[in-house]
Amino acid sequence: MSSAIKTSRGALLATLLVLSIFPLFGSDYYSELLTKIMIMAIFAMSLDLLVGFTGLVSFGHAAFFGIAAYAVVLVSPQYDPASLWLVLPAAVLAAAVAAFVIGLFVLRTKGIYFIMVTLAFAQMIYFVFHDSPLGGGSDGVFINFKPELRIGETQLLDLGNAAHFYYVVLLLLVATYVFLRILLRSPLGHALAGIKSNEHRMLSLGFPVFLYKLAGFVIAGALAGVAGFLSACQFGFVTPEILSWHQSGNVLLMVILGGIGTLNGAAIGAFAFVVLQEVFSALTKHWQFLMGTVIVLVVMLLPGGLSSLTQRVRRMLVGGGSNG
Amino acid sequence: MDLTTFLIQLLNALQYGLLLFLVASGLTLIFGIMGIINLAHGSFYMMGAYMAFALTSATGNLFVAILLGIVLSALIGFLLEWGLFSRLYKRDHLDQVLLTYGLILMFEEIRSMIVGDDVHGVRIPEMLSASVQLSETLSYPVYRLFMSAVCIVLAVLMYWLIRHTRLGMMIRAGSSNREMVQSLGINIDLIYRLVFALGVTLAAFAGMLAAPVSSVYPGMGNQVLIICFVVVVIGGVGSVWGALVAALLIGLADTFGKVIIPDFAGLTVYLLMAVVLLWRPEGIFRRI
Repeated sequence: MSSAIKTSRGALLATLLVLSIFPLFGSDYYSELLTKIMIMAIFAMSLDLLVGFTGLVSFGHAAFFGIAAYAVVLVSPQYDPASLWLVLPAAVLAAAVAAFVIGLFVLRTKGIYFIMVTLAFAQMIYFVFHDSPLGGGSDGVFINFKPELRIGETQLLDLGNAAHFYYVVLLLLVATYVFLRILLRSPLGHALAGIKSNEHRMLSLGFPVFLYKLAGFVIAGALAGVAGFLSACQFGFVTPEILSWHQSGNVLLMVILGGIGTLNGAAIGAFAFVVLQEVFSALTKHWQFLMGTVIVLVVMLLPGGLSSLTQRVRRMLVGGGSNG
Repeated sequence: MDLTTFLIQLLNALQYGLLLFLVASGLTLIFGIMGIINLAHGSFYMMGAYMAFALTSATGNLFVAILLGIVLSALIGFLLEWGLFSRLYKRDHLDQVLLTYGLILMFEEIRSMIVGDDVHGVRIPEMLSASVQLSETLSYPVYRLFMSAVCIVLAVLMYWLIRHTRLGMMIRAGSSNREMVQSLGINIDLIYRLVFALGVTLAAFAGMLAAPVSSVYPGMGNQVLIICFVVVVIGGVGSVWGALVAALLIGLADTFGKVIIPDFAGLTVYLLMAVVLLWRPEGIFRRI
């Protein structure tokens, strides 16, 4: 057990090392791709807090990602870069508030209802931005100047600068990971795990289950907001598609693909998804067909996701019994 | 809104609601009886609509196209259950979500490879293309009345099938205790396969029926899917009766929403859902 923890800690440190020196050696193209993967990893980990650790399968997580992205647009001045001090908290707060309000509704439901109701609420937000002129309607809107960080007259960070942006994303990825690790070990994290395994028992033990679930939902929403903020900054424009149900489906896919209930799994899933998308779309216009095929094959042949693959291979080599 | 406009909108609302019921009833059958979350249900609807287009172009007759389409989609449903879904009953709902999400992507691209990404229209057959004069000021297209009539007939047939036939009895028994029914010597696997094929066919048939009115376009399945979810949530999962009531309510909310608040027409349906959920978190009706 302890050696397994040691190897995973070693792998983590190695990953961190590679990530932190990558831009010095890798080409711009790959650095940008990696930035995108890291953003998606934050997004996937935020959803895993709900799906993997609390047992709440949300199919509307893109709502919070999208709301934060739109908050960046609405808070940024038109002819000047916005201040990072202002725009990041604003985006995260917007996502958290939305998660609070939506959570009040959706957390009254369970199981299959929860899946469908989160989807329907996210779709409602989609229509708000799609049909109203608030964020440019269905065409979306550009962010003319990327946010920056200033102290007095000196500019410390410019998110328009690819290198600056890369390290901001990396920093926030590490922060999210550490935050979730601490959270999962906290009393709140244990309560959420208890809710996942037996909600009725938690209720009869006197835990305010609804409040705990709401807290988890708001935190997950806020972290999705961090990813949404970064995504808006990376691409420089925001369209309603970023809060469409495809986006919710994709992030759920990353979590399940990687293996639910482990933060590393969510990150691996995000990596696999973005890379597959990149490879397939270079191959054919109909890349979604290949993506769909991979998804179907993973479900049918690999219950437990990609992170279970190493275990399976090891078991196969050792020659132990297979499980199917 | 004068009386004539009101009546026309009311008929439109009913027709839309009934069509929605047809799609949603398949969804609620598949979930309520088989316990499968099927996100690809909208894809079956789209598949039906494109079949109506392609087969009408090939045969020149919408009715022939619909007959062929029914046979084809039942076959596809049967094969999907046999090849994929039957292996997932014991698994987590998440796996079903994932599988059907993958199927959505595949269906959308298969459609794109076979018929392309253009928007198509399907001609209303000659004999149904007229309008009827319902009163001095009110005339209404025959085809829309025909659609509503077909939906009502199917709803009655489905009620009869589930409530009053031997097969329906076995289906209901199977949904509450699969092993028990199996040990009575009934081939429950085959029954499930048939129910799944029926669900797929209902969705595809609704797509075929709607094709001449709504036109045929990429992404049409997803739009219907989300609304169907709202129907099922409002009506109560697994309740066919609830699906009917909810679909009619949504038909009304959507149609009159577009007239009264055109700027936020997309929202009315979801507002309805939020209100119902506040009142009853598990939908208006429960179970079959």
